[in-house]
Amino acid sequence: MLSFPRRFRSILRPAAALAALPAMAGCNKMVVLDAAGDVARRQGDLVMISTVLMLLIIVPVMALTIVFAWRYRAANKEARYEPDWDHSTQLELVIWAAPLLIIICLGALTWVGTHLLDPYRAIGRTAPGRPVAATEKPLDIQVVALDWKWLFIYPEQGIATVNELALPTNRPVRFRISASSVMNSFYVPALAGQIYAMPGMETKLHAVLNEPGRYEGFSANYSGAGFSHMRFAVNGLDDAGFAAWARDARQSRNTLDRLAYLRLEQPSENEPHRRFASVEPGLFDAVVNMCVEPGKMCMRDMMAIDARGGLGLAGIHNTRRLSYDKFAARGSNPAPRRGAVTALCEPEAGDGAGSGLAAPVDPSPLLGAGLSRPGERRPGTSDDARRVVAFDPAPPATGKP
Amino acid sequence: MTAQPTPISPIFGRFTLDALPLHEPIIVGTFAAVAIGGLAVLALITRFKLWGWLWNEWFTSVDHKKIGIMYMVLGLVMFLRGFADAIMMRLQQVWAFNGSEGYLNAHHYDQVFTAHGVIMIFFVAMPFVTGLMNYVVPLQIGARDVSFPFLNNFSFWMTTAGAVLVMMSLFVGEFAQTGWLAYPPLSGIAYSPATGVDYYIWALQIAGVGTTLSGINLIATILKMRAPGMTLMKMPVFTWTSLCTNVLIVASFPVLTAVLTLLSLDRYVGTNFFTNDFGGSPMMYVNLIWIWGHPEVYILILPLFGVFSEVTATFSGKKLFGYTSMVYATVVITILSYVVWLHHFFTMGSGASVNSFFGITTMVISIPTGAKLFNWLFTMYRGRIRFELPMMWTVAFMLTFVVGGMTGVLLAVPPADFVLHNSLFLIAHFHNVIIGGVLFGLFAAINFWWPKAFGFRLDPFWGKISFWCWVVGFWLAFMPLYVLGLMGVTRRMRVFDDPSLQIWFAIAALGAVIIAAGIGAMLVQFGVSIWKRDQLRDTTGDPWGGRTLEWSTSSPPPEYNFAFTPVVHSLDAWYDMKTRGHERPLSGYRPIHMPRGTGTGVILSALSLVMGVGLIWYVWWLAGLAFAGILVVAIGHTFNYKRDFHIPAATVETVETGRTRALAAGA
Repeated sequence: MLSFPRRFRSILRPAAALAALPAMAGCNKMVVLDAAGDVARRQGDLVMISTVLMLLIIVPVMALTIVFAWRYRAANKEARYEPDWDHSTQLELVIWAAPLLIIICLGALTWVGTHLLDPYRAIGRTAPGRPVAATEKPLDIQVVALDWKWLFIYPEQGIATVNELALPTNRPVRFRISASSVMNSFYVPALAGQIYAMPGMETKLHAVLNEPGRYEGFSANYSGAGFSHMRFAVNGLDDAGFAAWARDARQSRNTLDRLAYLRLEQPSENEPHRRFASVEPGLFDAVVNMCVEPGKMCMRDMMAIDARGGLGLAGIHNTRRLSYDKFAARGSNPAPRRGAVTALCEPEAGDGAGSGLAAPVDPSPLLGAGLSRPGERRPGTSDDARRVVAFDPAPPATGKP
Repeated sequence: MTAQPTPISPIFGRFTLDALPLHEPIIVGTFAAVAIGGLAVLALITRFKLWGWLWNEWFTSVDHKKIGIMYMVLGLVMFLRGFADAIMMRLQQVWAFNGSEGYLNAHHYDQVFTAHGVIMIFFVAMPFVTGLMNYVVPLQIGARDVSFPFLNNFSFWMTTAGAVLVMMSLFVGEFAQTGWLAYPPLSGIAYSPATGVDYYIWALQIAGVGTTLSGINLIATILKMRAPGMTLMKMPVFTWTSLCTNVLIVASFPVLTAVLTLLSLDRYVGTNFFTNDFGGSPMMYVNLIWIWGHPEVYILILPLFGVFSEVTATFSGKKLFGYTSMVYATVVITILSYVVWLHHFFTMGSGASVNSFFGITTMVISIPTGAKLFNWLFTMYRGRIRFELPMMWTVAFMLTFVVGGMTGVLLAVPPADFVLHNSLFLIAHFHNVIIGGVLFGLFAAINFWWPKAFGFRLDPFWGKISFWCWVVGFWLAFMPLYVLGLMGVTRRMRVFDDPSLQIWFAIAALGAVIIAAGIGAMLVQFGVSIWKRDQLRDTTGDPWGGRTLEWSTSSPPPEYNFAFTPVVHSLDAWYDMKTRGHERPLSGYRPIHMPRGTGTGVILSALSLVMGVGLIWYVWWLAGLAFAGILVVAIGHTFNYKRDFHIPAATVETVETGRTRALAAGA
C-alpha cells in the first residue's frame, strides 16, 4: 500500500520541492523526501501522501477564508447580510464530516504504515519488487551512543568503529541501539527514520541502504555540550567494497575490550574515525545491562533476583560506593553520592565467550549473597565483589527479532 | 560547571563568587543594561512618589481587573527576554558555519535555548492567557470579582516569583542546559550537577502553585458566580473555553508538580526514580512530563479559540455560527488532549499498535478543531466584516494556523514522525501553531479589550505596522525551518558543517529581525495610544458594537464592575439587551460588598522566592527559615478578619452619574 508507483512519486516530489520554496538550485537536497534507503523513502512517501490528503481540505479552507473576508467586507453593501443566521444542520454535518472523512483515510494509512514501517519489524523487501528471502540473515550492527560520539560494533565481522558506519548496499541491516549515559537519537536521514538510543535500554531498527555513496548520520536528541559535533559518516559500499572495508578494519592495531570501552566512553568531542580489529564478546550486552565496569551487577541479574523476591536485607549490603554515573568523568559536586549494586558473580579478566565456571576466587565458606563475614569489614572496598565465584555472566540476551 | 567538587559552606551553601558569570562579556553587558534600566525605573517611581500608589492600588489589590493587567505586564516583560533569547539563537545559527564556532559557546547556547522555551511557555504564554481570563471572565459572566480574590493575588505573585528566579539565573549561577523539558538522565544530578536544573525546578514549582490555584479559582468563579439567567449554554464562548482551559490546568499541573518533585528527590536526596542505575526509568519521566505537556498546549490555545469566536462574531456583526457545536468541540478537545501524549516520543520504541493508537487519537483532535475553523468561516459568511485590528489578527490566524495544524497532523503519522521528529520541521510546526494561534490571538485580544481596560482604543496606524511586520516576519522566519527539517537538520544544533544550509538560516534570521520590528511597533503603538488617549477615548464602554456583558459597563469598568447585577435572557446577553431597548437604571443604588486588598500574597511569594534561592544554592538554613516564615504568614493570614468592605451607595451613585453624563456627552 505504501509502495507508490514511481510515476505518482515523480509527480509528488517536484510538488514538494515547489512548495518548499525557490532557491533550491545547487543546494542540499531534501534528503527526507528523497532518501537512498528503501525504508526512509517509504517514510518520505508517507509524508507526501499525508500532506496531499490534508491539502484536500486545507486549500479550500484557506481559499474560503480569503473569499469570505473579501466578499463580506463591510464596504461591500451588495453582499447579503444576515445578522441572525447562526445555524444550519446541513452545514454542520458537512463541517464535521469533511474532516472526519480525511481523518478516516489518514487513520487507515497511519495504522497500516505504522505497522509496516515499525522499526522493530524485519524488513520485507530491500527495494520495490525485491522481497527479502526468509533465509537471508540481516547484517547485525550494534550501536552505542557515547558522550559525544558513536560506537558501531559489527559482531559478524568482529570489528568496531567510532563515528564511521559502513553499510553494504541492498542487504537488510538490523541495528541494536543503546547508549552509555544520556538519551540520544540514532538518525541517518538517508537510511531510515530515527529511534532513541537510551542507557540501559535496547532499541532496534531495521533498514536497508540501496544506493552506494557517502551520507551523514547524527544524534537527533540533545545530549549535552558536545551534541552538535555528534555526527558520523555513513559509507554505502557494494558487497566487495564492504568486505574489503571490513578486512581493512581488521588490520587496525586497536582492539576494543572492556577497559578500552571505559576509556572511550569518557566525554569527548570531535572524535576522529577509529577502527578496532577485534571486540570483546558480550560487550554490547554488558553496555545494555550497564555492567561494563568490573564488579558491577548486570541489570538483568538484578532484575532476575528482584523477580524472585530480591535479596531482602542482604541486598542492602550488596551495594558499594562508586561513581558509576560518571561524576568523575563530568566533573561534579559532592551532592548525593551514589553507589552501585555489586555483582554476585563477576567476569574474569579477559573473559571470553563461554569460558564457563572458573575456580572459586576465595575458597572460604560462602555465607550468603553479599553478606559480610563475621569480623570482616563492611562491603565498600573494591575487592568485596570478588568473593563468590566468577563465571561468565553474559549468556547472549535474546530480544525481539 | 567546575571541574573540582565545590565544598558546601554551611552559610553560603554552594554559592561562591565564581558563580557570578563575570567572564561572560555578553552577560555582564546585559546585567549592566538591566541594572541601569532597573535603577532608572526605581528612581522615577521614587521621584514621583509612586511607591504608595503601586503598593496600595496594584500590588496588594485583589481586583481581578488589576491582577489581570499585572499578569499581562509580566507576560510582556518576559516576552522581551524570551525574544532576546530567540534572536541570539538565530544569530548563532546563521553565524556558525564554515568552521566558525559562532559567538556562543555550548555552555551559553544550551542555556539560551532552554531558557527560551521555558520562558515563552511558562512566563509569557501562561501569564498572558491567565491575565486575559482574569480580566475578561468575571466581566463576561456579570460578576464583581473572582470567587477567591486573595487567592488570585497570591497566584499572580507566585507566578512572578518563578519568573524572578528564571531572570536571576541569568546573573547568578546558570540556567539549565537540558532543553525546556529537562529530560533525565541529562537533567539528573550526575550529568547536570550545577545550579541550572535546580533553578528550572524551583522556578516551575513556585510558578506552578500560582497556576494551579488560579485554575481552581477560575473554575469556581465560572461555575458559581454567573449572573442570574446565564445557564451554561448561554455562557459566552470565551468563558466556555476558559472553563475548559482551567479544568485542564487543574487536572494536569499536579502531574507536572509531581514529576518535578520526583526529579528533585533524585537530585537532592539520592532517590532513583529517573536515574540509569538502581532500576530508575528516565522513560517514566518522559511519559509523565508529556501527560502534563500535551494538555498544556491546549491550555494555551483554547482561550484564544474563545477570543477568535468573540472577535469574529463582533466584527462580522453577526451571531456566532454553530455556538453549540463550538462548545462541544471545545469539550471534546479538552478530553482528547489527555490521550495523545505519546505522540511526542513515537521514536522511543513503543510497538506499532501503541504508536498507531496515539497517532490516530491525535488526528481525531483535528476534527473538532477543523469544525471550529469552519464555524468562524461561516460566522463571516453573510456578515458585515469590519477589518479593525482584532479582526485582522483573526484572519491572519485562520490562514496561518491551518498550515501549522496540517503539519501537526503530519507529525502524528508515526512513520512520518520518525523522519521529522526533533527536526527543525517540528520547531516550525509548533511555532506555527503557537505564534499563529496563541500569539496572534493574544494580539487580537489586546486590541479588542484594551479600550475596555483603559477607556481608549489602541492606535490603528502603529497597530497595522506591527501586524504586517509580525505576519511577514513569521512566515519568513519559520518557512525556512520547514525546509531545513526536510533536509534532515535537527534542533538545538549549535554549529553546522554543510554550507548549503546557511542561506535558509539567513532567511530565518531576517524574519526574526522583521518580527523584532513588529514588537517594536507594538510598543510604539502602546506609547502613542497613551500619548493620544484623548483622541482615542471611548466614552460608550462599547466601542466595537460588542455582544457580551463586559461591553455593557463603562470603560474602564468601575471597581465593582456592575452597579446592578445584570439578568441574562439569552446568549450574547448585551446584544440581546441592546436590541430589546435596555435602559440603564439610574437610581436605587445600594452599598456594594467588595473584598479588601492584602499584602499577604506579596509576602508569601517573596518568602517562596527566598526558599527557592536557598534550595537552589544548598543554603539550608535560609530555605528552612523561609519555609517557616511561609507557614507563620499563611497561618497568621487566617486571623485577618478585615477582608471585606462596602462601597457606600453614595459613591456608587457618584460614579454612575458620572457615567450617565459621559454617555450623554458622547451621544
